[in-house]
Amino acid sequence: MSVSVRIPTILRTYTGGDSEVTAEGATLSEVLENLDASYPGIKGRILDDQGSIRRFVNVYVGNDDVRFLEALDTTTPDGAQVSVIPAVAGGC
Amino acid sequence: MSLPPLVEPAEELTIDEVRRYSRHLIIPDVGMSGQKRLKNAKVLVIGAGGLGSPALLYLAAAGVGTIGIAEFDEVDESNLQRQIIHGQSDIGKSKALSAKESIAEANPYVNVILHDERLDNDNVMGIFEQYDLIVDGTDNFATRYMVNDAAVLLKKPYVWGSIYRFDGQASVFWAENGPCYRCLYPEPPPPGMVPSCAEGGVLGVLCASIGSIQVNEAIKLITGIGEPLLGKLMIYDALEMEYRKLAVRKDPNCAICGENPTVTELIDYDTFCGAISTEAADAAADATISVTQLETMLKERDNGERDFVLVDVREPNEFEINRIPGSVLIPKGDFLNGTALEKLSQDKPVVLHCKSGVRSAEALAVLKGAGYGDAVHVGGGVVAWVNQIDPSQPSY
Repeated sequence: MSVSVRIPTILRTYTGGDSEVTAEGATLSEVLENLDASYPGIKGRILDDQGSIRRFVNVYVGNDDVRFLEALDTTTPDGAQVSVIPAVAGGC
Repeated sequence: MSLPPLVEPAEELTIDEVRRYSRHLIIPDVGMSGQKRLKNAKVLVIGAGGLGSPALLYLAAAGVGTIGIAEFDEVDESNLQRQIIHGQSDIGKSKALSAKESIAEANPYVNVILHDERLDNDNVMGIFEQYDLIVDGTDNFATRYMVNDAAVLLKKPYVWGSIYRFDGQASVFWAENGPCYRCLYPEPPPPGMVPSCAEGGVLGVLCASIGSIQVNEAIKLITGIGEPLLGKLMIYDALEMEYRKLAVRKDPNCAICGENPTVTELIDYDTFCGAISTEAADAAADATISVTQLETMLKERDNGERDFVLVDVREPNEFEINRIPGSVLIPKGDFLNGTALEKLSQDKPVVLHCKSGVRSAEALAVLKGAGYGDAVHVGGGVVAWVNQIDPSQPSY
């Protein structure tokens, strides 16, 4: 399954500046593994040491936050859009 | 989901007000009733900075009758690239006062209340109580969680916006009718993981893109028109020129608005968010030198009396603005991913510095962990260097 992954500004150092990249996988977990193979280190910014999604990062498949779906086991249909949305505090 | 108007209409508009707001009055959805609601509304804007500047000006121009400004800072020249409510002649002035003067010029019918103090656990509830709605334009996680919790405890809606470089996010949080900020982001990132605008920069006009969305939502809530951005997160990418709207659900496990809340009063937000990670604080505890000490050490190095390597852990763009002579640039990210260690010999002492001392402390923790026992970092960083040693260089 090929999905497109939206990369937030603060993680674009891993993708050579690309804001949208493609990755393979039937579940979010597989997509992140595949993403990390292409862009080493990026998974560690999304998942914590225990392998769970960090609490200040939201991952959406389509329009839904995977925390309210199956988390990392959420299926990622072909053509789905995965969005990584970290908390940002700036207002200054 | 549409919501009933948040504010009851004022008794009447004066003839002058009717003339002023005529372009609102002829929109059927707003009309006389909507404009009277705006006149009766009390909105608190937190921060008269990047987001607060456009938000305050548009709220005032729209005819919001009472506007509170919570801001304790002073206008700095580096604010003017984006904080359009302030001008050249306001440099050094209280931002709250400067904003009040600009509002008086934009719309003299607005009653402005200044809260010229830092929002904290002792004053936040008392201030929020005076308002119907809050617009959050602060710049740090600790204040954002405090604002959220105070708003939830007081059952107030608030319009949230945040910005970084080319990315913006906005939403409406209102636990009475939908999710709160903690439903979206249950915990703040560890210190040092997510850079602030002061560290990473922000495109000036991005403030207007997000600040105007916040005002748009404030007006809709006050007058009860349209679909509020409640339970939705607006994501804006200025480089791609794309707006996307994602669903935000009310989290039944939310620590403050969930079914079994564990946060029932304000907490210690500095501890919750941490200004600096525990590892960094431990590493820096006995290994921080001052810029004066560094100056002496550099002179000794020039005279061949001592040897060490001075590493600037900022980003290349920052290194172009100012620098401590004799430093080499290795950005903090290279310490986190380990590549910096390949460039640094354990035989030579390492001195780290950054802009203010937070990032260098994080990098120091990495070095100490890797066995660089005599590594130190410079408290206050290049900001202190420019202030105390070399005022000929620009600060930022």
